[in-house]
Amino acid sequence: ANFFRERNSDSEDIELRFVTCQSLWKQIKLETEQIQEDLNKQLFDNLVSFLRRSHSEFQKKTTTWTCRMKSREIPTAALVLGVNVTDHDLTFRSLSEVIQNSITPYVALLEAKDCPGIKNLMQKLMGQLMNCYIDVDSLEGEDYVQVSQNRIRCSMTSLINWYGSVTKKTDSETPSKKRTSSSRQWQSPPVVVIFKDMESFTTKVLQDFIVISSQHIHELPLVLIFGIATSPMIIHSLLPHSVSSLVCIELFQSLSCKEHLSTIIDKLLLTAQFPFKLGEKVLQVLINMFLYHDFSVQNFIKGFQLCILEHFYSQPLSILCCQLADAKKRVNSLSHGQCESIRRLPSFRRYVESQASEKQIALLTVDDFLKETTQKLLEDLHVYHENYFSVLRCLHVLTSSLPKYPLGKQIRELHCACLENQVWETEEYESSLQLARMLNKSDLVTMLQQCVEIFVSSSGKEFGKTVEKLKKFLTQFQKLEAEAFQEQDVSVSSQKELQKTTDLYHLQKTLLELKESRRSKKLSKFEMLRSEVVDYIDSLVRNYLVPADHKTLHEIVYFNTASVLRGHLNAAPRTALHTALNNPYGYLKHQALKSDGGSISSKAPDICIVYKLHLECGRLINLVDWLEAFSTVVMAAEGPNADGASSDQVDDIIHARFIRAVSELEFLGFIKPSKQKTDHVARLTWGGC
Amino acid sequence: GIKVRKGKTQLTVGVKTFVKKLENISDDKAQEILEENYVAALGICAQDPVGNGSSVSGSEVYSFQTPKCSGKTAELASELAQTPGQSVAPECPEKTAKTPQSSSKGYMFLLLMHVFSLLLQSKKKEFVSTTPYRLRKRLAAPDPYLESESEYSASCSEEDEEEQREVSTVLSGQKTPAKTKAASTPPPRNTLTKKVKEDKMSNLVEEYFEAHSSSKVLTSDRTLQKLRKRRLSQQTLRDLLKNAPLAYAAEIKELNQQHESLFYKWMLQLHLGFNILLYGLGSKRDLLEKFRTSVLQDSIHLVINGYFPSITVRSILNSITEEVLDHIGTFRSPLDQLEFIIKRFKEDSSLELYVLIHNVDSQMLRGERSQQILAQLSSLPSIYLIASIDHINAPLMWDQAKLSLYNWLWYETTTFSPYVEETSYENSLLVQQSGSLALSSLTHVLCSLTLNARGIFRLLAQYQLENKDNPSYPGLSFQDFYQQCRQAFLVNSDLTLRAQLTEFRDHKLIRTKRGADGVEYLLIPVDDSTLTDFLEKENEEV
Repeated sequence: ANFFRERNSDSEDIELRFVTCQSLWKQIKLETEQIQEDLNKQLFDNLVSFLRRSHSEFQKKTTTWTCRMKSREIPTAALVLGVNVTDHDLTFRSLSEVIQNSITPYVALLEAKDCPGIKNLMQKLMGQLMNCYIDVDSLEGEDYVQVSQNRIRCSMTSLINWYGSVTKKTDSETPSKKRTSSSRQWQSPPVVVIFKDMESFTTKVLQDFIVISSQHIHELPLVLIFGIATSPMIIHSLLPHSVSSLVCIELFQSLSCKEHLSTIIDKLLLTAQFPFKLGEKVLQVLINMFLYHDFSVQNFIKGFQLCILEHFYSQPLSILCCQLADAKKRVNSLSHGQCESIRRLPSFRRYVESQASEKQIALLTVDDFLKETTQKLLEDLHVYHENYFSVLRCLHVLTSSLPKYPLGKQIRELHCACLENQVWETEEYESSLQLARMLNKSDLVTMLQQCVEIFVSSSGKEFGKTVEKLKKFLTQFQKLEAEAFQEQDVSVSSQKELQKTTDLYHLQKTLLELKESRRSKKLSKFEMLRSEVVDYIDSLVRNYLVPADHKTLHEIVYFNTASVLRGHLNAAPRTALHTALNNPYGYLKHQALKSDGGSISSKAPDICIVYKLHLECGRLINLVDWLEAFSTVVMAAEGPNADGASSDQVDDIIHARFIRAVSELEFLGFIKPSKQKTDHVARLTWGGC
Repeated sequence: GIKVRKGKTQLTVGVKTFVKKLENISDDKAQEILEENYVAALGICAQDPVGNGSSVSGSEVYSFQTPKCSGKTAELASELAQTPGQSVAPECPEKTAKTPQSSSKGYMFLLLMHVFSLLLQSKKKEFVSTTPYRLRKRLAAPDPYLESESEYSASCSEEDEEEQREVSTVLSGQKTPAKTKAASTPPPRNTLTKKVKEDKMSNLVEEYFEAHSSSKVLTSDRTLQKLRKRRLSQQTLRDLLKNAPLAYAAEIKELNQQHESLFYKWMLQLHLGFNILLYGLGSKRDLLEKFRTSVLQDSIHLVINGYFPSITVRSILNSITEEVLDHIGTFRSPLDQLEFIIKRFKEDSSLELYVLIHNVDSQMLRGERSQQILAQLSSLPSIYLIASIDHINAPLMWDQAKLSLYNWLWYETTTFSPYVEETSYENSLLVQQSGSLALSSLTHVLCSLTLNARGIFRLLAQYQLENKDNPSYPGLSFQDFYQQCRQAFLVNSDLTLRAQLTEFRDHKLIRTKRGADGVEYLLIPVDDSTLTDFLEKENEEV
């Protein structure tokens, strides 16, 4: 926390700001974890029931023939998780927790990087299993640690012996104890081995493990779980038939990361619950990084965390970015300096300019009046958010059912569009309204019903009238039904006419006539009602979906510096190097370095000159030529006075500078020494960068 | 006016080459084509904006704006020097290049390079230098502009005369049917030239393949050996650079100050679970040092010089366990060690460690396993990692899993400071290898060996030196070596020899490799001069 302070030692309340930031982040983190848990629940339930089922035969100790046939097979769950590898860790952690709580204490999580050979795998496996035994029964723990690490040779037999002894012990324990927890209601709980990243395991290790353990499946109720990032086909390409026939695979599909993201966005961003908001550009950057780089929800959340941090760090007024009640309290205790910084906000200045002149003076000079106004404005902002999200959802319901999705399929796209500028001025919005005017009745009615639900459940207070109005529309639609029947008759008759005509010419003619008549016909009642509904929604949109940066004091809650975010999370080191080498003026603000690009300035730093010269070369570069070119360029900079007696010494220095620059380029990876020809280096890059 | 005339003279040079090439078609026809081509090329010159080159400084000569004609400096130079009827005046290279006239020629130069490069490619294997008399006369006519041109060409090297022969033989080595065809129909070829010039900004892909298509690379054959100044030793290099003033010191300082203002932010972010990664041109060593001295004085921190050529992950882990955790004892594998560290840090939440890695992308640390271990270390909440990268391909080391473990926040810190420390270990081509290090290690190791063993090694060294002129020397085969050793009464069975060789190999004194025929060859991986020194020393002792 003190690092937060030291930089901005000029402004007050940093402690408070940091605390606010931390508590907000904690809340959000909790929320995301909750969401993750909820989303995984279904999957975990399925898995757990699979695990229960898998060794029921073993439990019953049945000896039927089919059972013995099957008993060579290891029950296996293939868990298809998707390519967002970074998220898997969390999933597996919670999965093993769930399993430990409900099925068996014996869970081992294996990762490919720990298991280069079968020996390491067994070692790791036994280590984890025996440790978890210690957790269950800590009395003999210390003995076991020593045994497992030093003496026990890691083999399947020792594992089975261990399992036998463990299960026997629980057998001999008092039955009352066992009843208490569901996990130990079985005499012999299965041993679950999770392979986190199946693709990266060496096939040999995997095959050996499966073959060996299938030999012992009678004595050790083993269940495997394969974490798969690509597709289930990988199992068959990794394991030959002889091995894959030893595992009995059941497939489980986890929730797609895109759905996960939409839920996160829905719960974190499209709600008035959290005071902190993301600006349009920032959100766009985060979403783009998700879609085009990693599909990782974890990274999205990490980016979100960074946004919060940056916002609170760089915006001194972020102290007001908290729940409304707190914010109002905090406004009262604002210092004069902070009031001044409110006055400096561009959105507040716009607000002041729109006020009457005496009010303007009061706002700019009287702190108390400013505080009062600020409170009011903050409340406005809060109300705006409440309304905004309900109307946004409502609009989304409308637009997401339209063909071709002019305003985007996902609500986040719509949200971005609304944040960016006044959505009703965009072409997409117009075209979607036009499409909405062509919706059929049933769609329209379901849509209206959904909207009513949204408004009823929303926290905004102004929507009472809206709901009423929408309900009125619904009843009107119902009334129309009867008339609609009549209209249907008409259309049926015309259809009959169509069927009568057989030759193409007549068909065309009648169709044209029909069209003509439709055009000339007055709008039906349904059509009128429909356009009324669409107009009403349009008015709602115009009322409530004003972009956030038109709102006063939006700077307090919106984080909008996307460039910072992109720089930190999605950096382009190569581009940076290239710009520095190509255009040093961008960094070193020296007048001599200003150039119109393309040419080599002789005054540039040595490495830039050498770099530009090397760009002119082909695959191989002759060092002598390069050196000569370099010295020519440099000498031109020094001017004609350099020649004469001292030229020899100058030469040496230039030579040395050249050597340094070349070895720096080599260090940066642009060139490497080549053996193809003496005194040549090979170029490693191509093109601009 | 001047421009065009100059262009003419340039073209005559080009024309001459054309003639050479067309010699084997027929003289008359060649003349026709020549005329045509001449006019066409002139057209190109006339199209050029006249004011282009007038105001450019001398350095502009080298700023070939077209990447197309890249890498042909020397060829062009030698090609120009080839022009008959001109005396090539050997002058100090730098001086001539400085002449102001050459600057205005830069542009012409560009244009001609296209013509030349195409001509050079299509050159026939056997060209007879029987230029028609008419033309030769014209070329021989005194022309001041031509004169200055030749001066320029001379500037490229004093040895052009002998070299152009080499260049042309290299060139004549490649002959494709397509090129023959092109040679017989010059005019369309010329329009092609025009086109090439127009889309010189064509896409990079084509450029790439163009550069990599032919196995032969056209560069001059000059070597550093022939230069007056040879390789400098590390020491003299350092001394020289110390004298050279650092350019733009004030601006660099300002840049650094900008970066330094971020120190507290970095600390904050480190504490919130992020790790910091610095990138950008220029050494970031000083910046990190400053960070260390100004912020980390009172906390436990570990500085790792990644650029050091013998750094390993093991040594990093060792220094953590031994010096930070005060643990005495060894570990079976780095993974065990890592586990131990993780356990200790999880147990003791008051333990905090800042790790600074200069160049986390260095040769020694960029391996997959080392990065994995470092990433796992950095993912510990109480280990704060701040590192720098410099290599352009550094981000390729990390996959998604590692990136998420590292949890980097990238910071661009372009400093423009020279990589003094970092490159001092780099075995640069231009720096003379003193070899002292290798020599001392050789003698050190051999001192501790038996007399026979030294004899064996000497035998191998001598044999290698005898073959030092053979570029394809594969090494001494084991069987031959055994025979020689036997003859010298150094070993009595091949088993003893093998045992001895194993010892050498362990000390990295020799290297074995299998030839194509499966025979084992032995090599001493030391350069010849060191080896000679070594043998001399040995002989003295014996």
